[in-house]
Amino acid sequence: MDVPILKQSRYLIASIQSALSDEDLLRLRDALADLVGRHRARGVIIDVTALDVLDSFATRTLRAIAYTTKLRGAETVIVGIQPDVAFAMVQLGLTLEDVPTSLDLEEGLAFLDQQLEESPAGP
Amino acid sequence: MLLTDTENENQVHLHIASSADVVAARQQARALASQVGFSHSNLTVIATAVSEVVRNIVEYAKEGEVTITLINRGAYRKGVEIVAADQGPGIPEVSIVMRDGYSTRKGLGIGLPGARRLMDDFEIVSEVGKGTTVTMRKWVA
Repeated sequence: MDVPILKQSRYLIASIQSALSDEDLLRLRDALADLVGRHRARGVIIDVTALDVLDSFATRTLRAIAYTTKLRGAETVIVGIQPDVAFAMVQLGLTLEDVPTSLDLEEGLAFLDQQLEESPAGP
Repeated sequence: MLLTDTENENQVHLHIASSADVVAARQQARALASQVGFSHSNLTVIATAVSEVVRNIVEYAKEGEVTITLINRGAYRKGVEIVAADQGPGIPEVSIVMRDGYSTRKGLGIGLPGARRLMDDFEIVSEVGKGTTVTMRKWVA
């Protein structure tokens, strides 16, 4: 199941629609690394609202996506982690480390706008 | 691949051979466990533990079997049992694998010890060259 990726001004929005296998997650990582360059994106939002499980592999892959896009010049923010998913992640001992998260898409866009304003390259 | 036992709707049996089966296993575990009154957040906890244990099968043994069984022995003994068995290489030193942070491959080293933290009961039996069986249970609080 491929994740649809939308372009909105200088951001890419990956909106996960259903459960993803490990391969799906790796494809998302590769697609985003490529699209950031092609669209000269400055920010990436990954919306995980539809995910009912974030296990160790998914968490690690989301971190890898954030670090990869950062090296390509785009900040990634993860949005929409559900309360039960957050609870299970904490119990499992998973963290996204320094990858930014926001409550939802709206907050994620506001976060990226703020990041771009602060960055010397500007929007 | 889903091989539902039609004789017994309290049990689901799956053959595991790919990462798509990992997704199927955790979805089946959630669906079955939802029938005995787990809270929504405990259903997520169970699905996450199943994901970790079943990924281990795909990762190390390539294939195996998962059996998810509802336990329904009166008001105080409701729960779900998950048995994940493979005939893979086995684990030479189970106590080392169960230590947090230990990983031989692409895992975070969090899979099995993490699943143990998520569940109420957790047993692992492994023999080198024979395979590994993880049995874990969660009880409705």
